[in-house]
Parts: sequence; structure tokens; C-alpha cells
Amino acid sequence: MGKLTRERGLILAGFVLILAYPWGVSAVGQPFLIGLGTRILVMGLAAASLDLIVGFGGMVSFGHAAFFGIGGYAVGILAFHAHEDTAFLGLIPGTNQALVAWPAAFVLGGLAALAIGALSLRTAGVHFIMITLAFAQMLFFLFVSLKTYGGDDGLSFRPRNLLPGLDTRDETSFYYVVAALLIGFLVLARRLLDARFGMVLRGVRENERRLAALGIPPYGIKLAAFALSGAVAGLAGALMANQVRFVSPELLHWTKSGDLLIMVILGGLGTLYGSVLGAAVLILLETVLAAWTEHWMIVLGPILVALILFARGGLWGVLAGTRRS
Amino acid sequence: MLLAEQILNGAQFGIMLFLLAAGLTLVFGIMGLINLAHGSLYMIGAFAAAWAGDRTGSFLAALVAGTMAAAIIGMIVEAAVLRRLYARDHLDQVVATFGLILFFNEAATMLFGRQPLFARMPPWLAGSVELLPGVPYPAYRLAIIAVGLLVALGLYLLVARTRLGMLIRAGNSDREMVRALGVDIGLVYTLVFGLGALLAGLAGVMAGPVFSVQVGMGEQVLILTFVVIIIGGIGSVRGAFIGALLVGMVDTLTRAFLPGLLKTLLSTSDADAVGGGVSSMAVYLLMAAILLWRPRGLFPAHG
Amino acid sequence: MTALLEAQGLVKRFGGLVATNNLSLDVQAGECHALIGPNGAGKSTLIAQLAGELPSDAGSIRFDGQDVSRLGMAARARRGLVRSFQITAVLPEFTVLENVALAVQARLGRHYGFWRRAAGQPALRDPARQVIEDIGLTARAGAKARELAHGEQRQLELAMALATEPKLLLLDEPMAGMGSEESRRMVALLQRLKGRVSMLLVEHDMDAVFALADRVTVLVYGGAVATGTPAAIRADPVVMEAYLGTDDGGWEGAA
Repeated sequence: MGKLTRERGLILAGFVLILAYPWGVSAVGQPFLIGLGTRILVMGLAAASLDLIVGFGGMVSFGHAAFFGIGGYAVGILAFHAHEDTAFLGLIPGTNQALVAWPAAFVLGGLAALAIGALSLRTAGVHFIMITLAFAQMLFFLFVSLKTYGGDDGLSFRPRNLLPGLDTRDETSFYYVVAALLIGFLVLARRLLDARFGMVLRGVRENERRLAALGIPPYGIKLAAFALSGAVAGLAGALMANQVRFVSPELLHWTKSGDLLIMVILGGLGTLYGSVLGAAVLILLETVLAAWTEHWMIVLGPILVALILFARGGLWGVLAGTRRS
Repeated sequence: MLLAEQILNGAQFGIMLFLLAAGLTLVFGIMGLINLAHGSLYMIGAFAAAWAGDRTGSFLAALVAGTMAAAIIGMIVEAAVLRRLYARDHLDQVVATFGLILFFNEAATMLFGRQPLFARMPPWLAGSVELLPGVPYPAYRLAIIAVGLLVALGLYLLVARTRLGMLIRAGNSDREMVRALGVDIGLVYTLVFGLGALLAGLAGVMAGPVFSVQVGMGEQVLILTFVVIIIGGIGSVRGAFIGALLVGMVDTLTRAFLPGLLKTLLSTSDADAVGGGVSSMAVYLLMAAILLWRPRGLFPAHG
Repeated sequence: MTALLEAQGLVKRFGGLVATNNLSLDVQAGECHALIGPNGAGKSTLIAQLAGELPSDAGSIRFDGQDVSRLGMAARARRGLVRSFQITAVLPEFTVLENVALAVQARLGRHYGFWRRAAGQPALRDPARQVIEDIGLTARAGAKARELAHGEQRQLELAMALATEPKLLLLDEPMAGMGSEESRRMVALLQRLKGRVSMLLVEHDMDAVFALADRVTVLVYGGAVATGTPAAIRADPVVMEAYLGTDDGGWEGAA
């Protein structure tokens, strides 16, 4: 049970770190870093939802940012209409209520994933990678063309979505809302992965042919997982939109999809918690390198290449002592 | 008349996509490598050509500089990095080549700054040619089409008639067998990659005077190239050709005519907005439609 | 009596190569029918066609009274026509118990459970434990499949197929790569299954074939050259000619 205890210890440490973070940065006199923490948690949520299908289901999607962006725009568009006191398509009134906007983002992300997945999951491998990339790009252009909602320049809005009983404008309160949602997702996802649905999903990654030979048609499970992961990404997008009070087509840019994949791999494919770690490392790396040199990407690029070529298993595996061969 | 001009524009854009797609689909079909940095080779060709053209004032120098830079840098990258990725799974390939893009983009920014570069058009191609009475068309764009068709012919002859082409076709279907025959598969791979890089660089050189030469130009065109390959079928040069022309035509013609058509139904500003939006999505909608009908593309190379 | 499995006129071409050449075959309920032939005869191709993994170019397949020619592998498996693989296809990161439990889950057909741990559900766990015990892998139930020895993996391969409670098992060289002791145990296991499960058994090991088979079909170049009891096949001159010059060891020495 040695390695299990180490992994459990790591999870506990992460949990404590997440909860203590706002207090910690305030104590050292850097409270503005709470916002950075929130962004890390949001990207961690988006990356973890991607790990669900890539790390556990073996479906390499290069278009995950599309669902992230759709969720963000759901919040942005509803906020816009609330502010203008108009209705979306003349039918749906705007709203600032989180309890309306966030489920909307979740559902819309899920529906978009259902549509794209239905078509894309008829293929596999490199076809699937390119097709998901192409569909995400299509949605990117869609949002660029929506001049009413800012087009290329994006859409800023205020205030943050309102939650009953909490002041979401307070950085610390909002941080804890995001943390609760992230932790909730991780708990639910972990249960899902050990349940019947999760066993089939993981079986798909292990040997899809075997599943068919047993009589399990994989398509339905893959599509359901893909849709679920898109829905969670949509929720993450809604949270990001709230954090920065701004949405733009950049949320759907293919480089964002690339960033999410990097976070998953950095943390460790199929570890779930590793994705949060990967998000933290990538964002912190970007922040630190950017402060050092304007051309930090010239360093990040080769670092990534080297990581892929030489380091296997991801950071979570290294820290938890569990390495997959 | 406007239609004829736009059709030619579509063909010209399609031809350029073909130059990129041919290399990418060969590399994918033969080495099993998905290479996101292919767009960077296009960018390198454009930048090298613009820089050389600026220094020497000669288009020929620019052409040589651009294609050679792309080919050489391509082969170096293949030997240093990509070679280790052939055996890896696609996810690793995607992320590693993504890292290469970041590196090349930043390197270009450091060398040339963030402003677009000016690439001069060769003066002897700066005029127009009258294809039909009253239909002038820029000579340069016609030259692009001509070059592209020559390349297509050349590739066909290469793949169908030469020993290298035979190895390419064999490698496409059975890598192990080719290796077993004692052929140095590593050399074949490097040559194929070099060829693809050269074509990408050539596309970049030709694109320079027409599109702007700036960092990030590779990625925009890369995704369209992927669409071409998905439509045409991975591993098929013929598919790349047909797919590229389809994509070029659909993209150009919808952008040119859709807003106008919509003006009969909607207000002018709405027509422009909707027309613009739909035409940028048109290619992807085409791809979706073709995938519904043929999930592996129009001419999938078997295996 | 209608056969459990009836294949008529099956053809499969790969470009210019005819792998399955107008082959007809039947398996009676309760029978163990062996399929033998020199290397390259097309045995694995035939299994893939019968299982539904490879679509046939011509011919029909009837299983349990129904035409299944158009059905895919998963659909045929759900009807009880289940295959095992020559090259072990277990799920490496799953434990032995999890592998077999998944096969049980496949039989039960309900996959959209999201909350309860699959491994803890008696409906999955108990039948899986039973199959694992029948196979003889109880000691290794908690080990990951990739940690198993080759012979144990072949046993797991069979266990997964059995856990689906098939009507007909398509066994593609179940003893591939096994040593003689392990093979003996596998043969004993298959003997216990005889009568309970119908089997179409592809094998090179002639001792196993003679110990298990009720009937034997000999496949050469994608066509069936003879079908009959093991004794009749052994004496058939056509069959002997097909085997002369090949090193399908043990033919002459099989007793």
C-alpha cells in the first residue's frame, strides 16, 4: 500500500494547499495573487475535463477550447443582454444570475460537444485530432463574426454573475466558489471513473477492439463522455469569463486547445488530479518567464519538446510515485 | 467577369493550399507523423524570401533563399526532433510539434519584429494578362497557378514513375517490408520530409507578395491545410489536389459572393456580418458534409 | 437438426489474394469443432469473418437460427457468438477481476452507471469471481493484467470470453505461446467446458485437437479440403498431402 499512501498524501496536500492559498498570499502581502490562483483553478477544471476523454478514454481532442469559449460566451452574452435590457434573438432575456448563466454554459458546452462528437467520433486517431481542431476553428470564426458581441475585440461586462448569499466581486469569495466547483468535479469524476460507465470508458483506451469483441459498442459511451467533458469545459469557461469579466474569440483559439493538452500531459495523462497540477505549472511558468523576458515562448517551446521527448508519465506520476509504463 | 476572376482567385488559393497539403499528407501517410510545425516552414519560406529580396532586390534570390531555408531547416528539424517522434503516439507528436511552433514564431519575432514584412513582387510579373477580351488578371497570380500545376505534375511523375516514388508508395502501405528490402528507410523519410518542406517554403515564397508576411501566418493556413487533407484523404496526393481546389474555391467564392447574395434578403450591414461569418465557416461546413458521406475523405490511401 | 453456426460460401479477398475461398462450415450445438491447416491457410481470417470483425465479400453466416451476416462484432457477441484472440487482448491496466467483471458487465448490458463502484457490485463481482475460480486464476485476481505471465494472460483471455456466457466460442489458438504444462492445463479446462459451450477451435497443437475435437475441418488456401472425425481426418490421404513438407510439428506423431 506504499504508493497509495503517497498518492493519497499528495491529494491531501493539494486539497490543503488549495484551501489555504488565499490566506497564504494575503499573509505575505500579495493579495492580488488570489486572482492568479482562481485562474489556475479554472484552467485546472478545464484541463481535468479534457483528461477525462484523452487520458482515460484515449480520444485526443484538439478542439476543447471551443467548449470552454462557448461557456464563456454564454455568460458574456447573457450579461450583455441584461445590461442592454434586450433579449438574445428577441426571445431569451439576459441575466446576471449565476444560477441561470452557469447551468446554461454547462448545457451549451455539452450540446456543442454532443454535436461535434457525433460527427467526429465516427473517426479515430489522427483524423479525430484534425477534425476536432477544424470544428473548433469554425466556432472561433463564428464568434469573430458576431459583431454585436464585440467580434474580434471581445466583450467586457460587469459585474460578475450574482450568487445568492455571496459577494462574487470579492476575490477571495469567488476563489472559494471556483475551488468548491473544482473539488466537486474531481470527486464526482473519480467516482464516475470507477463506476460502470468509467470502466467502459477506460476500457476504450486500453483496447477498444476487445470491448467490441465482448459485445460492448463503444460509440455511445465515447459520445456521452465527450459531451460530459464539453459541458464541464463550458462551466470552466463561464468561471473564467467571470474571473476576468471579459470574453473574446481568443478563448476558442486553437492555441488554447493546445495549452489544455499541454496541461494534461504535463500533469500526467489519466491521473485527473495531475491536470490541475499541470495547469498550475504551465500558468506559473508563463507568468515567471514573461516577467523575465518578452520572448519567453522561445524558451517554453523547447522545454515542451524536451518534456515530450524525454520525460514520461507526467509530474503527478513522479510526485506520487506512481509511474505508468 | 467578376465570377471568372474569383474562380481564378479560388484556383490560386487552392493551388497554394495544395503545395502545403501535398507535403503534409505525404509525411503523414508515410511516416505516420502529424506535424503541426508545417505551417512554420511556410512562414520560414516567406520570411527568408522577403528578407533576401529586400537585400538583393532580386526575386530569383528571394525564391532560392525561401525554398532552401525551408528545406534545410526542415531537414535539420527532422533529424534532430521529428525522427524521435515517428514511433510515438499522435498526442506526443501534436504537443511536441506545437512546441516547435512556439519556438519558431518567437524566433521570427526576435529576428524580424512584430510588424509584417514587405515582400516585393517581381516587376516582370507585376502586370496583368488578358485571358479573354476584357478580362485582365494579375500575371503574378497566374504564375502561381502555373507553378502549382507544374508541381502537381511533377509529384505525379515522381510518385508514379520513379524509384523514390515506388518506395514512397510502398512505404505508405508497408513500412516493415520496405525496411526488410534493405532500403535505408531513414534516408527516404528525410528526403520525403525535405520535399514537403521545400514545397511549403515555395508556397511561402509565392504567398509573400500577395498575403502579408508576418508571424502567425503559418497557423492560419495550417488549419485549412488540415481541412484539405481530411477532405482529400490522408496519404493521397490526388486527394490533396482535389481537396485543395475545393477548399480554395469554396472559401474564395463564398467570401466574394455570399454577402452580395444575402443583401437581397437582409439589410446591408446584416448581410455583411452574416455573409462574412458564414463564408469563414463555409470550408468547415463543407468538411462536415463530406465527412457525413465519406468519413475517411474522398480518396483515402488504404492502410 | 439445424446447426448452431452455419457459414455458407464465405469469400474474402485482399486485393488480388483470396484468403477465404468459398468456404462452408457448420458447428453443431454442444460440439467442439477444430479447425486446422498449414500456416497461411486463412484460419485467422475466417475467425475474423465469423466474429464479424471482417466483412465478407460473399457468403452468409447463420447463428442460432438467425442471419448475422450484416451484424458487427459487438452485435454478434451479444447474441452469444464470442471470440477470443490469438494475440492476447486483455486490458493491461485493469486487474484480473476488473477484466472479467467488465466481461460480465458486457453480458448484463447496463453501462450507464455513474456513481456506484463497479468492482463492488455483487452482480458483477460474484459471477466474475466464479469464472476466475473455474479458470484457476483466483490467486492472481488482484494483479494487473500486464503483471501476469504469458500463460496466465491466455487464461484471462479465455476467462473474459467465458464470462459473457457465450453460446459459441471462437477460440483462436488459445494455447499460443504456452509451454507444455500450461497447455495441458488449458486442454483440461477446455475439456470441462465441452458440452456446456460449443466451440470452434483453431489450433496447431495436435494433441489438443485430438483430445478435444468432435469433428475436425482442414483448411488449405482458404478452402475446406476435408471435414470429419479426428480419426477419419488422420487417415485421409488428401489431408496428409496438404501437410507434407510443412513443419506443423507432431502430425505424424499424434496418437
